[in-house]
Amino acid sequence: MAIIVIEVMPKKELLDPAGKAVLGAFHRQGMSDFREVRIGKRFELHVEGDVTDAHREKAKTLAEDLLSNGVIEDIVDIRVEDSPA
Amino acid sequence: MKVGVVTFPGSLDDRDALRAIRLAGGEPVALWHGEHDLRGVDALVLPGGFSYGDYLRCGAIAAHSPIMAEVIEAAHKGMPVLGICNGFQMLVETGLLPGGLIRNDHGDFICRDQKLRVENTDTPWTNGYREGQEITIPLKNGEGGFIADGETLKRIEGENLVTFRYVEVNPNGSLHDIAGLRNDTGKIVGLMPHPEHAVESGFGPDTAQAMKSGTDGLVMFQSLLRQVMAA
Repeated sequence: MAIIVIEVMPKKELLDPAGKAVLGAFHRQGMSDFREVRIGKRFELHVEGDVTDAHREKAKTLAEDLLSNGVIEDIVDIRVEDSPA
Repeated sequence: MKVGVVTFPGSLDDRDALRAIRLAGGEPVALWHGEHDLRGVDALVLPGGFSYGDYLRCGAIAAHSPIMAEVIEAAHKGMPVLGICNGFQMLVETGLLPGGLIRNDHGDFICRDQKLRVENTDTPWTNGYREGQEITIPLKNGEGGFIADGETLKRIEGENLVTFRYVEVNPNGSLHDIAGLRNDTGKIVGLMPHPEHAVESGFGPDTAQAMKSGTDGLVMFQSLLRQVMAA
């Protein structure tokens, strides 16, 4: 069994207030090794049986039309992975 | 004049919007997200709230609701549409208005009586204001930061699409202090603050004259009716 994984991140040039809040938590724990934190989204699309080209095509369309908003986000990856058991 | 207000799962201010339309002298019509029926309305309001719990992105799932097919079609044909808060987020998600709305730069939800400047009165929703008029209406959001890329911002400013700008306080980090926008025809307007919460004395923002007496939001709904009477 396989899944289609779609990863979406806020655009690099945009402020990511959620990531900034997490970076603040790092600093409060005395952790200064990391300059920036950005928070994105991982979607897992589960299919019955094998992932086909049609699945991939539909996943790409959904990623562009619904799962991401091109004004504020980038799709950074769409790939097939083995389904976690 | 019939003005529809669409209720989505998680809408909060749909009833306030219906009430505002009634107080302005219009006939409010409640519409349901799951239907493909605008019930013969002449204009539409997409109300505030947290449709679908703000899952995915604010307004994103609602923007793909069944009724939105009819809303988008009507909007393209020139029906006046007002998107308030979550409704504004839906309008940018559908691409009817440019740009995007992201989490407030300070990371907090904010609720305050907000001063705005009316920058554009050439819309069915703002023709009752004076150009440059300052109004105060409630603002309440967690994700009201308006953003757009440089080119889009240039177009928004160049084509005079900014309809409302924050005055004194920019409450959420919106670029160019943008609180609300119109499309190129002016028929579609979206804003983060809530005109429907400032329509009846006793229940609005404080003014210099008296507590809770602010009704600056009522003009937005009266503008719509005035526009239609004149047409």
